[in-house]
Amino acid sequence: MKISYYPGCTLKANAKNFEDSALCSLKQLGLEVEELRRWNCCGTVYSLATDDLIHHIAPIRNLIFSKEAKSEALMTLCAMCYNTLKRANERIKKSRDDRDIINRFMDAEGLAYEGDVKVLHLLELLRDEIKFENVAKKVVKPLKNLKVASYYGCLLVRPKEIGLDDVENPRVLENLMTALGADPVDFPYKTECCASYQTVDNPGIVAERTYRILTSAQRAGADVVSVSCPLCAFNLDNRQKETVNLYSDFKKMPILYFTQLLGIALGCPEEALRFDLHGVDPKPALKQKGLL
Amino acid sequence: MRINISQKKVRDQFVAKVEELSGQKILACYQCGKCSAGCPAVSEMDILPNQVIRYIQLGLKDELLKSNSYWVCASCLTCNARCPKGIKIAEVMEGVRQILLRKRKDRIHIPKLTDKQKEEVPQIALISSFRKYTS
Ligand code: SF4
Ligand code: SF4
Repeated sequence: MKISYYPGCTLKANAKNFEDSALCSLKQLGLEVEELRRWNCCGTVYSLATDDLIHHIAPIRNLIFSKEAKSEALMTLCAMCYNTLKRANERIKKSRDDRDIINRFMDAEGLAYEGDVKVLHLLELLRDEIKFENVAKKVVKPLKNLKVASYYGCLLVRPKEIGLDDVENPRVLENLMTALGADPVDFPYKTECCASYQTVDNPGIVAERTYRILTSAQRAGADVVSVSCPLCAFNLDNRQKETVNLYSDFKKMPILYFTQLLGIALGCPEEALRFDLHGVDPKPALKQKGLL
Repeated sequence: MRINISQKKVRDQFVAKVEELSGQKILACYQCGKCSAGCPAVSEMDILPNQVIRYIQLGLKDELLKSNSYWVCASCLTCNARCPKGIKIAEVMEGVRQILLRKRKDRIHIPKLTDKQKEEVPQIALISSFRKYTS
């Protein structure tokens, strides 16, 4: 299966640690993915209005680019890109009317699109194509004694029709952590929203959510929290500054992309893990466990 | 709070417009409160998600628009996943936002954001915020 890689905007800047660690990990697993030659922002959020077709143009255009590149699937790392691309794709698969309007609007692309490219998240690729047991075989540095709370947030699992795992109790990230030799810890806030885009004009609500989510992970005994979305990462990591101001009992904790943990286990060099891009430095916790 | 209910309000085009934009049948809601019970944003909302639905059922347009709830909604889709009647509350919130945005009643004004606000957050935050809060 030929797979194109869609990074999305934030992975080329603030979330470079997400991209670099994922690409290095894939290389260690012997898999090459090719970045789409041309791509544009997917719009980040899927429009929930019935008639708002203009907002589905951006994700569909990326799928057209994938089809032009003769790829069967388009792989994303960012949970928001995944959700937006996949929902737009499902929509035009189901609705002939929407599909015709969108195709007519983009007639300059010279290719009619019918929803035939599959939208794939890296986690699905690891779980369903490569399979976790084969990932485990490539582990050179098991994440021994590292207690990892996996945070899914909203858009990997909701809505149910496009989610990549159970909507209320997903396990895919925990299963991956087990394959890497870590100790996954379960916590009740793993699919609770971090307040998302409210972070721009209402950081207080994000700090409040961060407090609830992270103290829940701490009570479960977690050393680190792993995430799969650059917006969750920013909110849970960088907003800890505000959280400390709101709650004097709050203790900061490191937030890592699941791909950084994957990268450590697969022996990626530190340059590919980019720990310099974090609000809360994850190195002390990783050193303590002998992982750096 | 004193609330006046009338046939005129219930049959107002506002109710029809929300139903059209959200694709949801508002009268299907039987006010169980499940949506509000799981909503992560209720601490910041003037009225709860189930009340948003109730206000629309009763055609209380002005009272609803005065609340901040549909702006505070983070589109996390938890309510949608749990409503026993299959109502997509997040879509209803989007419908209300869209009614205002299509009249250029934006929630945030980009020129008024400070440099600090724009610089500290990642692209993904800005784009999603602008998509939800500006026309
Ligand atoms: S969960 Fe559904 S039925 Fe219950 S109050 Fe909310 S919208 Fe109404
Ligand atoms: S989608 Fe909005 S109303 Fe529904 S649970 Fe999330 S924040 Fe609350």
